[in-house]
Amino acid sequence: MTAPRTFKYVGTRPIRHDGVDKVTGRASYGADPSWPGMLHGFVLRSPHAHARIVSIDTKAAEAMPGVHAVITGRDLPETTAQIALGEAAIDLRDIGDNALARTKVLYDGHAVAAVAATTIDIARQAAAAIAVVYDVLEPVTNIDRAIAADAPILHPALRTKGAPSAADDATNVASRLELKRGDVDAGFAEADVVVEREFRTPMVHQGYIEPHACIARCGEDGRAIVWCTTQGPFVVRDACAAIVGLDPANVKVVPSEIGGGFGGKIVVYLEPLALALARKAQRPVKIVMGRDDVFRATGPTSGSKVRVKLGAKRDGTIVAASASLWYEAGAYPGSPVGAGAMCMLAAYKVPNFLIEAYDVVVNKPKVAAYRAPGSPIAAFAMESVVDEIARELKIDPIELRLANANAEGDRAPYGPKYGPIGLQQILDAARGHPHWRAPLGPNQGRGFAVGFWFNAGMNSSATITLNGDGSAAIVTGNPDIGGTRAAQALMAAEELGIPVERVRSNVGDTDGSGYTDVTGGSRVCYATGMAVIRAAEDAREQLRARAATIWNVSKDDVGWEDGRAIPPAGTEKAAPMTVAELAAKMTQTGGPIVGRASLYAPMAGPAFGAHICDLEVDPETGRSRIVRYTAFQDVGKAVHPGYVEGQMQGGVAQGIGWALNEEYIYSPDGVMENAGFLDYRMPVASDLPMIETVIVEVANPLHPYGVRGVGEVPIVPPLAAVANAMRDATGIRFTALPLSPPRVLEAIEAAAAVPVEA
Amino acid sequence: MIAVARVHLPSGLTRHTGGVDTVDVAATRVLDVLAALRDRFPQIADRLEEMAVAIDGEIYADPGYQPLRADSEVHLVPRIAGG
Repeated sequence: MTAPRTFKYVGTRPIRHDGVDKVTGRASYGADPSWPGMLHGFVLRSPHAHARIVSIDTKAAEAMPGVHAVITGRDLPETTAQIALGEAAIDLRDIGDNALARTKVLYDGHAVAAVAATTIDIARQAAAAIAVVYDVLEPVTNIDRAIAADAPILHPALRTKGAPSAADDATNVASRLELKRGDVDAGFAEADVVVEREFRTPMVHQGYIEPHACIARCGEDGRAIVWCTTQGPFVVRDACAAIVGLDPANVKVVPSEIGGGFGGKIVVYLEPLALALARKAQRPVKIVMGRDDVFRATGPTSGSKVRVKLGAKRDGTIVAASASLWYEAGAYPGSPVGAGAMCMLAAYKVPNFLIEAYDVVVNKPKVAAYRAPGSPIAAFAMESVVDEIARELKIDPIELRLANANAEGDRAPYGPKYGPIGLQQILDAARGHPHWRAPLGPNQGRGFAVGFWFNAGMNSSATITLNGDGSAAIVTGNPDIGGTRAAQALMAAEELGIPVERVRSNVGDTDGSGYTDVTGGSRVCYATGMAVIRAAEDAREQLRARAATIWNVSKDDVGWEDGRAIPPAGTEKAAPMTVAELAAKMTQTGGPIVGRASLYAPMAGPAFGAHICDLEVDPETGRSRIVRYTAFQDVGKAVHPGYVEGQMQGGVAQGIGWALNEEYIYSPDGVMENAGFLDYRMPVASDLPMIETVIVEVANPLHPYGVRGVGEVPIVPPLAAVANAMRDATGIRFTALPLSPPRVLEAIEAAAAVPVEA
Repeated sequence: MIAVARVHLPSGLTRHTGGVDTVDVAATRVLDVLAALRDRFPQIADRLEEMAVAIDGEIYADPGYQPLRADSEVHLVPRIAGG
């Protein structure tokens, strides 16, 4: 076994490349540019949650002075193409129909037409002049209604994929998936304690600060440019080309800086509309969403109903589990329920289980990925029930989890055996942390929960160009959300042996960078990072060859140590040469040096987090506040520990918002009633204590440094950690989120419960 | 010698395979494994198109020509979208 590698730059905390521009307001986001001749676009949206479009009359709008183009669904070709979107192939017909409805509107806010005009006011007025006749239908706004026998049907052609029987009835259940092991009935028969509960969570939004925005132009030659805020410029290129009917070779997408995405900026919404308007008007068109449209018409994550039954022996050994998960997909199939089912028991050795997962369409916006899609909902249910088992058996919650924790060589519930994983290590770290034993104050409770995410791999490319002064420039195709420029610079500096400050890290456009999948799935530091390391190795090999040329020896005889080429023993007058010294002679030794690498990385760095949450409840108002929170996570190797901690803290903050306050609220006719940050309550800095973080490093053998994905895991445990803390504080097991003051107060009053005092 | 991969089918597919949940396939690449499964169980051919493949624990969304080692353990798993 080789000794662990010691690093010079990896593990340090340089300031991110985009930091100063972002804090000084210089960074250029989706809505910032203005192009010569630019028009302003506005999208007309459905006021109904479910309706047939009878007719759309755009004549009055088109006749208004200043209006240059009006489009409806008829302006976009129907496509049946599929593209890789994130980590799954997605039907572009649905994405196109979601961007601009053709025959039916399927949620409040569904786009039905778009206008481009010389000013935004004219565009708004023209949109108001478009006459849309709707045949309003009964909306389906929750799972119970959607799966009822007499439910209105959203998509008449929809049939349940994976249905056990070959029923050919129209349905709102798009798919069924099951995971099974052992004999569930026999397992429950063995159990000394069985807990069964049903949980509900509402639809919630990622809540990125920057709304969707783009600017597009399309010339008479069919060549087009789109500037937009996105997690995946290549996805935007391919999706727009298919939806609008352009050759992808003619579409260039330039990603702006991005003000948060969390999975919600992988799908296209405005971009195809701006392109279609620009093509029709032959002028650039900019469209910027307001916050209300972001809530009403872009992808939140699923609302859910989850039923869990768990059985354990008196010593705490879990012997059986069954679960049914129903996730809202929104208007088109494709909720993350499958991932929820796969994650639900990822932490535990359970010999007998049956998990069923149902993807259900409802008249709400089509869900998009949101940070570990599907896993937080499943963990809320499972970790709440595990907490109940620990209480019934009077076993410490961490000890109970340690007794059942999966380790290397154990089989994941979805089949394969785990490689090295850090679950037991994070549980040990939590058990030994002072937080776990710290005294609680009056009306306070403590909760514990774990969470899992797979972490993606996928396609990545990187180039590293050496400059004559020995500095280097990296280009990849991943928009930098979580500090990936800094992480990539650290990795290149490590391999080349040059100071990290001398490495400039850049985000390329779709013509200027090799194909790269989205910034998502917690994959960039792992997969694109690996491409950067290999590109740096490629550059280093070229530097060794240049040194060989200079010393007139074979390249095989040139060594490399600490950023310097080392001449072979016995070479007279030759001294080691630094990267800067070699780069200065590039022209004389063969020309520029560009290291490059492209790769497909498998999904193979699964990771766990464990969270301790202390919460205090005001029994008179039901208001709660988080008083202390500590997150433990196996990150494989923290390339930039500061940004790893930032990811952990950000995930916790979003998870706490999901647990305590956030929810889509709908009227009975399916209209969203809280489409703004005043009524949709996300936590702000003053709501939360400093989130403490504990980094645990169990190396991922597939990455040269051991890196695992980091960004998604930390949103998985908080829902249950908060609910378990609420149970501890109030004695009440809440099975529906959010734990907002009215709900908590009502339950406290109903139970006449006196909060437990420490 | 051609490697023999042990292929594990998810429980959702086994009702279409007569309850068979494990198949040994002589193959050196994933696409050969999938072709063999399609030949033997034509009724799950559509579903195979939608599955990711885990080879000895490493999950590939679109594995195609991915090579198999001798005695590789192959699991068909649902594809996953990340955020």
